[in-house]
Amino acid sequence: MPPSDTPSAETPQGGSGQPQIVFDQVVKRFGDLTVLDHLDFSVEPGERVTLIGPSGSGKTTILRLLMTLEKVTEGHIHVAGEPFSHMRRGGHLVPASESYLRRRRRSIGMVFQQFNLFPNMTVRKNVIEAPVHVLGLSKDEANQRAEELLDLVGLGDKIDAHPTQLSGGQQQRVAIARALAMRPDILLLDEVTSALDPELVAGVLDVLRQVAETTDITMLCVTHEMGFARDVSHRVLMFDKGQIAEEGPPEQIFEDPREDRTKSFLRSVLDNGF
Amino acid sequence: MIWDFEFTVEAMPDLLSGLWVTVQVTILGYLIALSLGLLIAVVRRVRVVGPLVHGVMEFIRTTPLVVQLVFVFLLTPSVISGMTVGIVVLGVHYSAYTAEVYRSGIEGVAKGQWEAARALSLPASRTWGAIVLPQAIRKVIPALGNYLIAMFKDTPLLLAIGVAELLTQARRIGSASFQVVEAYTLVGFLFLAVSIPSAILIRRLERRYAAV
Amino acid sequence: MQFLIERLPLYLDGAWVTIQLTLGGSALAFVLAMAFGILGTINHWLPRAVATVYVEVFRGVAALVLMFWMAFALPLITGFQLEDRFAAILAVGLNVGAYGAEVVRAAINAVPKAQVEATVALNLSWFQRLRLVVLPQAWAQMLPTFGNLIIELMKATAVAYLIGVVDLTAVAQQMRQATGETIVAFFGALLFYFLIAQVLIFGMRLLERRANRKLGRTPPGGTGLKALLKHPAVSGSGGAGI
Repeated sequence: MPPSDTPSAETPQGGSGQPQIVFDQVVKRFGDLTVLDHLDFSVEPGERVTLIGPSGSGKTTILRLLMTLEKVTEGHIHVAGEPFSHMRRGGHLVPASESYLRRRRRSIGMVFQQFNLFPNMTVRKNVIEAPVHVLGLSKDEANQRAEELLDLVGLGDKIDAHPTQLSGGQQQRVAIARALAMRPDILLLDEVTSALDPELVAGVLDVLRQVAETTDITMLCVTHEMGFARDVSHRVLMFDKGQIAEEGPPEQIFEDPREDRTKSFLRSVLDNGF
Repeated sequence: MIWDFEFTVEAMPDLLSGLWVTVQVTILGYLIALSLGLLIAVVRRVRVVGPLVHGVMEFIRTTPLVVQLVFVFLLTPSVISGMTVGIVVLGVHYSAYTAEVYRSGIEGVAKGQWEAARALSLPASRTWGAIVLPQAIRKVIPALGNYLIAMFKDTPLLLAIGVAELLTQARRIGSASFQVVEAYTLVGFLFLAVSIPSAILIRRLERRYAAV
Repeated sequence: MQFLIERLPLYLDGAWVTIQLTLGGSALAFVLAMAFGILGTINHWLPRAVATVYVEVFRGVAALVLMFWMAFALPLITGFQLEDRFAAILAVGLNVGAYGAEVVRAAINAVPKAQVEATVALNLSWFQRLRLVVLPQAWAQMLPTFGNLIIELMKATAVAYLIGVVDLTAVAQQMRQATGETIVAFFGALLFYFLIAQVLIFGMRLLERRANRKLGRTPPGGTGLKALLKHPAVSGSGGAGI
């Protein structure tokens, strides 16, 4: 993680001049239910984008499409200038094969709402397993990386503990370390504090703030933590019914929303004490 | 090696009569297993007698059925047919399994049901007969069904005590005609012809009762 | 009692053969169960069909019928006579392996979907996912039913005397013919079977506890030697049926 010299929430300047993530007329349906409806948007390298909106508005689906946990129904996704949901074959775009996906999703990491640590492994194993087996790091390198990252998330002393011995907040911090150990260019955060007891939320958000300040990882974040969204994100996308209802810098979205849908959503979130 | 179809046709009546014996043994043995297993499951909750019965059933459950068959057959007076011995031993052996199934069903009945029965001052017979067992048994019907198939597949063991079931018939025909391959292969197919459809049936039962 | 003690060496020989059949059969059944169980979880019709055919055929035919077929029909087809003990191991292994394959398939499918999604997020390959995450977690769930199956397999080996294997049951038969003491001869054999079963049950309990500890769970029924010696419950649908 090379340190960035723009720790504040200024819009980053993409080095290559092309967006890192592009959604091009993306449709996602589950049976009769349309979750994403001809969605267009793009994300610049190093940009931190927060997705907000009522549940069922398709925010999480966007992350799951990028993690290849779902397949697009129509449209295309491009990552780093290359097709992602599809691949080129004979001048055409065809749905990506598993091996193509495996190659392309290497640059993407994800942290889940329910942490999803592997219960059959210690904390250390959880963090080093993929770097060793997927990236081909030596055990020593992977261990060193794991120790650094666990120190970063404040759990250096829990390295040989078992996931079940940790609190939810600690588990989630391990999950963040596990995702970072793969040195992703893009980090997807799917309601990472929603499953936590209120008193544990701050610890996890502090870690993520630190990651945002010290790295230039592109972040896509689905959250109900509006304070956190305002602090770290460059841009906020308000989703409703599978489309972007409104977008803009966090100050504008939170202080001066233009759309009624945004206003009523923000009011309901604040009323519920998020 | 060429399959002998003429032999297949000739052997069929004898094999089918063997299959009929097999089916009879299975059904009668199953009735014993169903009723005795239930009795054991209830008795197991009684003090002193319960653990004793459980120990005996554990012994029966962890030792081979074929040894039990031969053992009991040798000890019974010859007026009692091998088939009767087979039915009883098979039934008792499997009651060790069905008892466990009933037990899990009985333990699955909510504690509140017992308490409600007590609150109504129902006698023990009504508590068991009208409240606990109907709920317990309903839940374990698919599991009990599996043991019907299991028992069917264990009937060839009756060959060891000379009962003219399917495999015994095949052995007799095979050694008389030297068409051993056809005889034993046909037995295999006849077993599949019964056990695959019944497995499908049980799966349906399972789905139906799982929905409740 | 005197009778049994005098003939102990014979029983021990028979018991040793029974143990060989049990261990050989279990090893074969385990390999088959893993292979066909994993095939049954693959999201493609061909491996699934192969697994289904294996399971339905070898579960549907009784171990004794398989054994007779191996011992008496196979030599006529292939011209190659299997050694009796090998035919017995093959028959019980194929039969119990079919039950085991269903156990493996169910246990793999019971691993939470979220765990699989986490392996996608870490970009593990299909094989790495299976080896590092799915199988270690499914293992703990397979073991209790495997414990029941190994007892069933041990019991199923007793029919091997019908194809000429000199196992515990055959020893009991010989003993009865030599002495006329039916009760002692057979009860002795049953006792040996019971002891072997108890050792197997104890061993499987140890494995189960280890597996649960690895997943950070306290074994059901608590810890300590007392819990270990307590008899495991027979699961309703998984156990018997060989």
